[in-house]
Amino acid sequence: MRIGVVTFPGSLDDRDAARAIRLAGGTAVPLWHGDRELHSVDAVVLPGGFAYGDYLRCGAIARFAPVMDEIIRLAGPPTAAAPGLPVLGICNGFQVLCESHLLPGALIRNDHRHFICRDQVLRVESTSTTWTSGYTAGDEIVIPLKNGEGGYVADTATLDQLEGEARVVVRYLGFNPNGSYRDIAGVSNASGSVVGLMPHPEHAVETGYGPESDSHGALSGGTDGLRFFTSALQGVLSA
Amino acid sequence: MGRVVIDVMPKPEILDPQGKAVVGALARLGFKEFAGARQGKRFELEVDGEVDAAVLERAAEAARTLLSNPVIEDVVAVRSAD
Amino acid sequence: MSSDSVNTYGEDFDAVLDDGSVLTVEQRAALDTVERAQSTKDTEQPWAALGMKADEYAELHEILGRRPTSSELAMYSVMWSEHCSYKSSKVHLRQFGEKTTEAMREHLLVGIGENAGVVDIGQGWAVTFKIESHNHPSYVEPYQGAATGVGGIVRDIISMGARPVAVMDPLRFGAIDHPDTLRVLPGIVAGVGGYGNCLGLPNIGGEVVFDPCYQGNPLVNVLCVGTMKHQDIHLANATGAGNLVILFGARTGGDGIGGASILASETFAEGGQAKRPAVQVGDPFAEKVLIECCLDLFQAKVVNGIQDLGAAGLSCAFSELASNGDGGMLVHLDRAPLRDPSLAPEEILMSESQERMMAVVRPEDLPGFLAITSRWDVEATVMGEVTETGRLVVLWHGETIVDVPPRTVAHDGPVYNRPMARPDSLDALQADSPARLPRPADADLAGLVLRMIGSPNLSSRSWVTDQYDRYVQGNTTLATPDDAGVIRVDEESGLGVAISTDCNARFAALDPYHGAQLALAESYRNVAVAGGRPLAVTDCLNFGSPEDPGVMWQFAEAVRGLADGCQQLGVPVTGGNVSLYNQTGSTPIHPTPVVGVLGVLPDVAARTPSGWREAGAQLLLLGTTRAEFGGSEWAWVEHSHLGGLPPAVDLEAERSLADLLVTAGGDGLLIAAHDLSDGGLAQTLVESSLRYGVGATVSADAACTRDGVDAFTLLFAESTARVLVAVAAESVPEFTERCERLSVPVVALGTTGGDALTVEDRFTLSLDQLRTTHTAALPAALTL
Repeated sequence: MRIGVVTFPGSLDDRDAARAIRLAGGTAVPLWHGDRELHSVDAVVLPGGFAYGDYLRCGAIARFAPVMDEIIRLAGPPTAAAPGLPVLGICNGFQVLCESHLLPGALIRNDHRHFICRDQVLRVESTSTTWTSGYTAGDEIVIPLKNGEGGYVADTATLDQLEGEARVVVRYLGFNPNGSYRDIAGVSNASGSVVGLMPHPEHAVETGYGPESDSHGALSGGTDGLRFFTSALQGVLSA
Repeated sequence: MGRVVIDVMPKPEILDPQGKAVVGALARLGFKEFAGARQGKRFELEVDGEVDAAVLERAAEAARTLLSNPVIEDVVAVRSAD
Repeated sequence: MSSDSVNTYGEDFDAVLDDGSVLTVEQRAALDTVERAQSTKDTEQPWAALGMKADEYAELHEILGRRPTSSELAMYSVMWSEHCSYKSSKVHLRQFGEKTTEAMREHLLVGIGENAGVVDIGQGWAVTFKIESHNHPSYVEPYQGAATGVGGIVRDIISMGARPVAVMDPLRFGAIDHPDTLRVLPGIVAGVGGYGNCLGLPNIGGEVVFDPCYQGNPLVNVLCVGTMKHQDIHLANATGAGNLVILFGARTGGDGIGGASILASETFAEGGQAKRPAVQVGDPFAEKVLIECCLDLFQAKVVNGIQDLGAAGLSCAFSELASNGDGGMLVHLDRAPLRDPSLAPEEILMSESQERMMAVVRPEDLPGFLAITSRWDVEATVMGEVTETGRLVVLWHGETIVDVPPRTVAHDGPVYNRPMARPDSLDALQADSPARLPRPADADLAGLVLRMIGSPNLSSRSWVTDQYDRYVQGNTTLATPDDAGVIRVDEESGLGVAISTDCNARFAALDPYHGAQLALAESYRNVAVAGGRPLAVTDCLNFGSPEDPGVMWQFAEAVRGLADGCQQLGVPVTGGNVSLYNQTGSTPIHPTPVVGVLGVLPDVAARTPSGWREAGAQLLLLGTTRAEFGGSEWAWVEHSHLGGLPPAVDLEAERSLADLLVTAGGDGLLIAAHDLSDGGLAQTLVESSLRYGVGATVSADAACTRDGVDAFTLLFAESTARVLVAVAAESVPEFTERCERLSVPVVALGTTGGDALTVEDRFTLSLDQLRTTHTAALPAALTL
């Protein structure tokens, strides 16, 4: 199963996303921002980082990259013929997805105006997405969060719609690290194929290199994030 | 050589952490009379020739497409620099 | 990006520029060329304003056989500044090389003299690491000063051919409650984080120290580590006549003109910011792109030599590449892509615009080189070529404005033998022993523990470290607050490195020779505690003005101490940095020789954390405790006292201790290990208990009886060569036997478990209370 990982100038966690895909049992395919060719991948990850230096706005320039034209075309509303390319946008990738309007809302500066790196407890709200189907609704997981512009905002109507349609995928639990409205950490599109989240599941996939404790403070393997990737691989397998 | 100036501000209903920080800092420096602040962006675009209505319309489109994010920002002004 | 500069010079360097720009008659007449200098020897030149001394100016006449042109004067003034030439420190730094034995060179692939040292860690992997300082710019512009400090050291690492994999930041500030600390600290931390995070480099450790001596002169030291395979090592030399000299990266602007010579060679006037020279502004995105571009260039093997542009910009790059090489260089300065077209040649030569590199490339490799820079949208310009003349010649629109022997610029600069004198005040300082300070009663120990762990230097650093990304690259397996940062290098085998940076400047103020050795000992010990076998050393020597004989004496003693210590421990200094003129007015900072040690772990899975997660583990104290409080945190926090002698150094004991910890850790005998340093055993017990929220119950009696000290001394003295370890009950006999074999003193302290820290018959403090107190200081002081 081939999952593409896009590298924009300034992408940072692309190699980490590739590692996560490998550890989950998939094949990571590097995708260059300037290249419209998606090499027949089954899904795409837009990784974390500072694409184009976060110039203008985070993700604002990256969303116009040639590779994004193709991704937007394929990831759009699903039809009978094309079920919609699954896309996972992590952190900067989430910002790119919002700027592309593949997901609603936007990400603004953390309310406390500092960059924050912490092991964040999340509640998995929706397992009806390509990327979270392997979790159980209500699962509490610990995933590293590291960003300066992670505040999720949208107007009230949009927020109500997201909640009403069960499109809030993960929510901050116990501590809101950035002022995101309704403690929203990640959302999906209507069909659940496109998911964006600020925390970094690719940094919680390998024991000894991820968070040191689980959501109850007990020793964890630090691998709560792996299921984002295995979910997609199962889904692709059974598609 | 003409110049078009575009002002982009965060939407009023959106949280503006930078504006909040600015007001706090002003107060600490003794500028207590300024009760609020919002921080936006100003762009200056250079164009050959004069800035006429057609140029302004193109600039406005550029502002809508790239220079602002309509989810969180409003384009509050598009005008010739002169 | 302009494609003109990329295409035009591919074949014929003597061709007129595409844009046809030439000098006007007036401009040509105003240009200070070599020809003009030969015929106008009495022209007044601003050598003093550029920071040059009269004898240096005279020396320059000797070297050139004429007066320098204004461009040459600009070059020599920056390159002969203290910051670039190390003229005050060279005579002392020689000891590092001289005292490195053959045995110490065993793992050294590149030693002192290159951009950074390179160490062989096995399995075909090499690691390069170095610390640098950016102190004065950070006082002027905290964010950009710190940011460009990170940028600079990272470029040094790239220029060795490595992928940068981690950073660490030893930071020092004035008093925590001083308004100016509030001005500089948040900006510096934001700058280190802003630049480092954007480059994708995990920040795995560092220091945050508060002391009034740094009030007018904060210290921003940054360490960077990089990895590569042996065959990827690149050096900064220009060899092979006909090879091309290529400038690539950001355009050149007016950043930091004269920053090197003016800023780092002058101190700040008390109470004033009269001089505000241009501070460099960094663009981490440009550097991230540069990193990836360089790595692709290295992989394609199209780079013959490479140099980064740091202090003194092009002056440094041209002269160092030429000087390290075997011939000369001819460059067309007017080809340099500019951000500011009004810059004069002198300014272009001195500019410290960031994110620029220089490569020496064989002509046949040029198309490949340009294809890669083009893919990354990095501007690249052929500036000239390596020649056989033995001279560095710089042309400006065809006119010769520089013609010098490169070695005189870059390596054979002035060497000073500054006067040194042991400060008169030192005797009184050393005589003012902390033995006279009142000790607390046993009943007061609980309160003392809380005051200590809540004090600025002993409290939690998470306000700072939470602003740094520790996860990026996915290879960080240990980071602050543990004793060392541990990075995996090889994903297959688990091979990795451990790094620590340390310095207790109070110890160095009391005794610079031993203080430097104490910094080395602590860093060495921290690496071993985490499980790394120490292999190499880097240093950042922060001192006051070398024109002060007392400071110069401190410097000489510290270097001597460090060199002797390295020899005794068998770990070589591979490179480092000297920062002088750190003063406020006439008051120098404490001598602050920051020492970084790098060690290797065959498999980082065996690394040892600083805290325990389980109950029932046995706590053992390694080493001996003596009533040593000179320069201690207790004396400072409780009595504002600095005096006496620092704790004794015992490098043989440190060596045995390290051997024990590295092998025991590798064999899986250690649940946890944490070194004892500032704040003594009490601090270590608290930190280890809070690490995973599992307390401990210990008894002071056995240790006190054995060492002949009271409980207070056991808990707060700062004797060296001591480590707290947690060992599974069933492993204690074997571990104790290993201690005996290596002559490491060991005494049982107690057991882990519970939600409190108990020192029997003395006090019990709940972890909740300890945590609240420990985490309060920085947020309280720094949150507006």
